[in-house]
Amino acid sequence: MRYIFYPGCSQEGTALEYRDSSLAVLRALGADVEELEDWTCCGASVAPVMSDLLGLVLPARNLALAEQQADGRDLLVVCSACYTNFRRTAATLAADRSLHDKVNQALEVENLTYQGTLTARHILDVLANDFGPEAVRARVQKPLEGLTVAPYYGCQTVRPYSPFDNGQRPTSMLPLLEALGVRVHRHPREASCCGTSLLMTKPEVGLTMAGAVLAACEGADCIVTVCPMCHMNLDAYQDKVSRLLGRTVRIPVLYLPQLMGLAFGLPREVLGLQRHVTPVSF
Amino acid sequence: MSVNSEILDLTHADRSLAQQVTPGRWEKMLSCIQCGTCTASCPAAPAMDLSPRRMWRMVQLGMTEEVLRSKSIWLCSLCYTCHVRCPRGIPLTETIVRLKELAIERGIVSSPQSGAFYRTFADVMRRYGRMREVEFMARYFLASNPLAALGFARLGLTMLARGKIGLEWPRLGGEGRLDRLFARVAELEGKR
Repeated sequence: MRYIFYPGCSQEGTALEYRDSSLAVLRALGADVEELEDWTCCGASVAPVMSDLLGLVLPARNLALAEQQADGRDLLVVCSACYTNFRRTAATLAADRSLHDKVNQALEVENLTYQGTLTARHILDVLANDFGPEAVRARVQKPLEGLTVAPYYGCQTVRPYSPFDNGQRPTSMLPLLEALGVRVHRHPREASCCGTSLLMTKPEVGLTMAGAVLAACEGADCIVTVCPMCHMNLDAYQDKVSRLLGRTVRIPVLYLPQLMGLAFGLPREVLGLQRHVTPVSF
Repeated sequence: MSVNSEILDLTHADRSLAQQVTPGRWEKMLSCIQCGTCTASCPAAPAMDLSPRRMWRMVQLGMTEEVLRSKSIWLCSLCYTCHVRCPRGIPLTETIVRLKELAIERGIVSSPQSGAFYRTFADVMRRYGRMREVEFMARYFLASNPLAALGFARLGLTMLARGKIGLEWPRLGGEGRLDRLFARVAELEGKR
């Protein structure tokens, strides 16, 4: 399996461990992953608000670059917001020829043309469907028996542009978790919102949303996520959520590739477990 | 039991707002049946001044000022739950994005924090081509509410100690990585 890889901005900063653990696990599974050269920000949730066109042009710039470098490979994305921007842009431009032309007029200043031939794939999709539980189980060296894990998909991983899972009741993580030997803590907030940037702009509202997810996961030894925004909001604000709820909430939050890496016997330093705000004690 | 029912006739309603903000087929917005699934699905609805259901009726009626001045549009976290559940298939989440865009365009941003968040993020993105999280957060707090930064100071220090964030000097002069692309987009949109 060969992929062209779009890391996304967080994976160069606060979520460096997500990139490192993703690459380590994909390579352990035999994937060939090459980083997209000269990539820029997808625009996040901000560009579409500043301007409708900018919100399409910024993802399209990266898609156009990837088309040049892909050579038939899919574009691998680990951040759910980047993933949504790429898929939203591809779907919107496929349905509107004149908008597609306008985006390409903008991309002229970067000497790029977007064709619409590339598929953006989320790492959860790749792990669940290109590799699957059998390949994962075959690579497990230290089954994580006795560990109870709460899956958390968040919003944009599974909706509305995601074709690989149910947008409201996702299940794609379950076979992978079972392959690692863990017990799964099912809960009603698996695809609820973490609060995203509201934790910065409207902290009281954002903390209530993150707190609802954390409270639903209580009883598990850890939460597993596949998005850097979800990870930040669930991992870094547990003190504030505890104050809000009037009781201590303390649950380590791991990226799915970090949990897989532990079961694969990969070194903890490579997986970056020491970088989390809520310490990982297992 | 008597019911005070007034018939609301949308035939002559001002459709300009719906036309302006609904992506794709704007007529879809007029098909909203006020079922309230959006409000019931919205994790931020309890904090909103206009419930989503009410806001969509006001969009149907062309009540531009009232909608743009509401706090509700700035509380949407883009979770797309209303969007996937709407029985009429109205692209609600992306309509809110257009409402935010329109509010910024008209200089009506009822949430100074949100205004600072979008402006600062866009500027860092334009300058470096990629997000610089620490510079963004520092500038966001300076622009919105420096006192609120105190509430984040301890977390910042923890993240620094864990190597989760590092410090970089801002680069203020010179051409930004995406200056030309941003300028080209503005030109194509007739904003320049």
